[in-house]
Amino acid sequence: MLRVHHSMESAAPASCEQTEKAKKYDRQLRLWGDHGQSLLEIGHVCLINASATGTETLKSLVLPGLGAVTIIDDAKVAHQDTGNNFFVDLASIGRPRGEVALRLLLELNPEVRGTFVDQPLQEILDNQPEFFTPFTCVIATCLPESTLLTLSKVLWDAKIPLVVVRSYGMIGYIRIQIEEHTVIESHPDNEIPDLRLDRPFSALEKYMDSLDLDAMDDKEHSHVPYVVILYKFLQKWNQEHGAPPKNYKEKKLFIQLVKTGMREKESGENEENFDEAVKAVNTSLLPTSIPSGVQTLLNEAANITPSPTTKPFWIMARALHEFVSSEGRGVLPVRGTIPDMTADSEKYIKIQSLYRDQAAQDADWVLRRVQEHSQQLGPRKVMPSLENDVKNFCKNAHALRVIKGKPIVEEYKGSINLSEIGAHLENPESDLVWYVMLRAVDQFHSEFRAYPGYFQDQVETDIVRLKVCVNRLLADWGCGPIVKDDFIHEMCRYGASEVHSVAAYIGGCAAQEVIKIITAQYVPINNTHIYNAIAATSGTFML
Amino acid sequence: MAVEWGARWVEVRKLLERPGPFTHPDFEPSPDTLKMMQENIRVLVIGAGGLGCELLKDLALMGFTNLHVVDMDTIDLSNLNRQFLFRKKDIGRPKAEVAAEFINQRIQDCHVTHYYNKIQDFDDEFYRSFHLVVCGLDSIVARRWINGMLLSLLCYEDGMLDQSSVIPLVDGGTEGFKGNARVILPGLTSCIECTLDLFPPQINFPLCTIAHTPRLPEHCIEWVRLLLWPKENPFSEEMPIDGDDPHHLSWIFEKAQKRAAEFGITGVTYRLTQGVVKRIIPAVASTNAVIAAACCTEVFKLATSACTPMNNYCVFNDSDGIYTYTYEQEKKEDCVACSQVPQELLVSPSDKLQDIIAILTDSLRYQMKKPGLQAMVDGKTKSLYLHSPASIEEKLRPNLKKTVEELGLRDGIEIAVADVTSPSTVLFKVKLKK
Repeated sequence: MLRVHHSMESAAPASCEQTEKAKKYDRQLRLWGDHGQSLLEIGHVCLINASATGTETLKSLVLPGLGAVTIIDDAKVAHQDTGNNFFVDLASIGRPRGEVALRLLLELNPEVRGTFVDQPLQEILDNQPEFFTPFTCVIATCLPESTLLTLSKVLWDAKIPLVVVRSYGMIGYIRIQIEEHTVIESHPDNEIPDLRLDRPFSALEKYMDSLDLDAMDDKEHSHVPYVVILYKFLQKWNQEHGAPPKNYKEKKLFIQLVKTGMREKESGENEENFDEAVKAVNTSLLPTSIPSGVQTLLNEAANITPSPTTKPFWIMARALHEFVSSEGRGVLPVRGTIPDMTADSEKYIKIQSLYRDQAAQDADWVLRRVQEHSQQLGPRKVMPSLENDVKNFCKNAHALRVIKGKPIVEEYKGSINLSEIGAHLENPESDLVWYVMLRAVDQFHSEFRAYPGYFQDQVETDIVRLKVCVNRLLADWGCGPIVKDDFIHEMCRYGASEVHSVAAYIGGCAAQEVIKIITAQYVPINNTHIYNAIAATSGTFML
Repeated sequence: MAVEWGARWVEVRKLLERPGPFTHPDFEPSPDTLKMMQENIRVLVIGAGGLGCELLKDLALMGFTNLHVVDMDTIDLSNLNRQFLFRKKDIGRPKAEVAAEFINQRIQDCHVTHYYNKIQDFDDEFYRSFHLVVCGLDSIVARRWINGMLLSLLCYEDGMLDQSSVIPLVDGGTEGFKGNARVILPGLTSCIECTLDLFPPQINFPLCTIAHTPRLPEHCIEWVRLLLWPKENPFSEEMPIDGDDPHHLSWIFEKAQKRAAEFGITGVTYRLTQGVVKRIIPAVASTNAVIAAACCTEVFKLATSACTPMNNYCVFNDSDGIYTYTYEQEKKEDCVACSQVPQELLVSPSDKLQDIIAILTDSLRYQMKKPGLQAMVDGKTKSLYLHSPASIEEKLRPNLKKTVEELGLRDGIEIAVADVTSPSTVLFKVKLKK
């Protein structure tokens, strides 16, 4: 499929021969660019437990070129590992699992560095919690509840993102614990163009006023960019109605008005640019506004007091807010890019450059304010890329995203959104019930030192015990015993089995979440994802 | 040894040896199921690339031991960011061969047989020998072909489908952060052709834009590819563009930059040039891992009944959070491939043969590539137009301009159409417009 240009390449002069690395990573560089790749390559991820789920997660991080990995695992490779884990082999049975998995994972990409630690996690948590400081992100799997909660606290305090990933029978689970994650390049799938037809900036107005559609010959007329057509007819409409078309009825009338300007082509077909104008009416006549998520972000920025420890994102957000309140007159900087439009090259490029110039001007105002703040904060690292960073920030202003998370330890101590839980549990289509089951089996394990149904001959008796755990949990949350027996029976059936296809699925998902966190591009989940391989469904919940 | 085997497969055995409320109605928990699966079930994996490597690993680690993999490609450097069974030293070797080698070496119980072939190299006897087919293809044409092949294997007795002739097809596809997985039971559920109009063909830029009014860097690159290269033949006469040859790409890149400079267009880069010329689709390890895993889970369910299969189409997108949507794609009542409904060609007596061919190639419904047409006229087969061999094509070419009337195509006459998109011919009945 032909893709329209996004600037994904570094400013360095493009040599016609790509480096070997650029060739190898070509397919992914088209998704997160050289700058995203650079961040990935300085990333250092720690995996706790090289089980099937753990190694499947790490696999999709090593392949794209993560900088370094550290595996903490005190298990030895057992027979059952050879039946679900690709990164062990028969010859290594009995050896430290972290060592074996590391070796077989690093083989996938010679550029990745790695170490393994053959030590119980609890020991490290108890004696050297600072061990985790160098990590960009920690991935944890197969942890009993008590250890998980300790880890959760240590990493929350150290402000290191934690991604918990599990596969349990036919169920997959991901939980992201991150205090605050900001995204400038969120790459939204659908974007409404920023054409400013409701408030054209003066240079745009001047240029479009200089064009006289009626005076053009047929060829020129059919090559006028549709934004000009909409501008002209909007003027006509406003003269008559006093305000732009607001509702469906008025938009229909407006479209009819636009069509009066169409000239018939020799071939009998419509002028394409007028067809485009008609198609664009629904989105292009919306008043320029700030998306609500961004407005919330700006409101928060307005209330912060910049200090030497304030993240650059928030300094820029603050400057953006100030711009919006003054030079911007209530709206964001002009985005600067416009969709392709059937038009002659000259007019299109002229108009495109008008939007681009205005965007640069607006970004300049924001930059000045950022510099003001930086100066007031005293000597600060001079960022050589500041101008580009601000430009990029402004270009993406409409799609900025902020994720604010909660620590797992808080979730487990009972401050879950109770109304949400109940509603989901009553809904037969919701997968939240599996979250309840995972919590319940963890409680079971805390109590009985084994997972329900782990042993064949205990499946039946464990069903009864698990049901007690489930109902106790629900009672803690203020819910009645509303989980059907089927789910309890199914969890006992699983007996904490880790089957490869489920591990591979959830591992792939988790790896991409880690990449999102490291590259700060695209948007991570917030904060819990459940995969149900029985029905091939999934759900994301904020817990 | 038996103890080791039992211990090795303990995880999967829990799903196969224990009853549960969500199993398929046919399921019977048994300690023999895994053994039986390993001794008897033959699975065909089509493609040994991004999805194929993952599929082989996943199937092997779910207990399948009798795997066959077909792929017509060799390994390239740009594959190595996700096709993890390959190493730098393998570049240039056939994918199917290297993939099989790796899996066989890493997972002792598994035996993968490889074929460095196109799927079209095999006949119905080959495909009939499999219990399940799973695809990790990057081409819609190939998907349609295998879909047609499995449909052609169906047996009907007194109009009733013999269910034992149904070979399930699990199909996966990925593009960047998007993917989909579907379960097809040929003859019973929606097939590839049923959903053909969900995949409109690639839209190319209009030629007049490329030639006269370029606005985007892509237009400049296409101008070089489509117009300048055939004119200047920079390397040798009639040499086609090789998107993998850096010399070709460099030439196109420089000329595209010149063109862009003429019009004041910015943004022509080497990476963009390559992307446009090769129609590159971005790809990353994680999406392939997810979709292949989803497909493998379905193959496992179909082989063992341990659980009810996906019903029947799932889309995936993890660019913003993780989004999936699973729905039952319905069988198209008049599907060209899987319905028994005869296809009608509604034409006027004055329509030319080339107009009929245009319907077959351009409509969303048929999307054929190079259809060859033969008609049954008065009990005899009459070739209307065939693309090959060249001598026949030349002889039949004048027919393109002849009308339906001139060709003697009366109401009700059957036309058999052959095309790369299906291994079997499609029968059409002529219906004349009044």
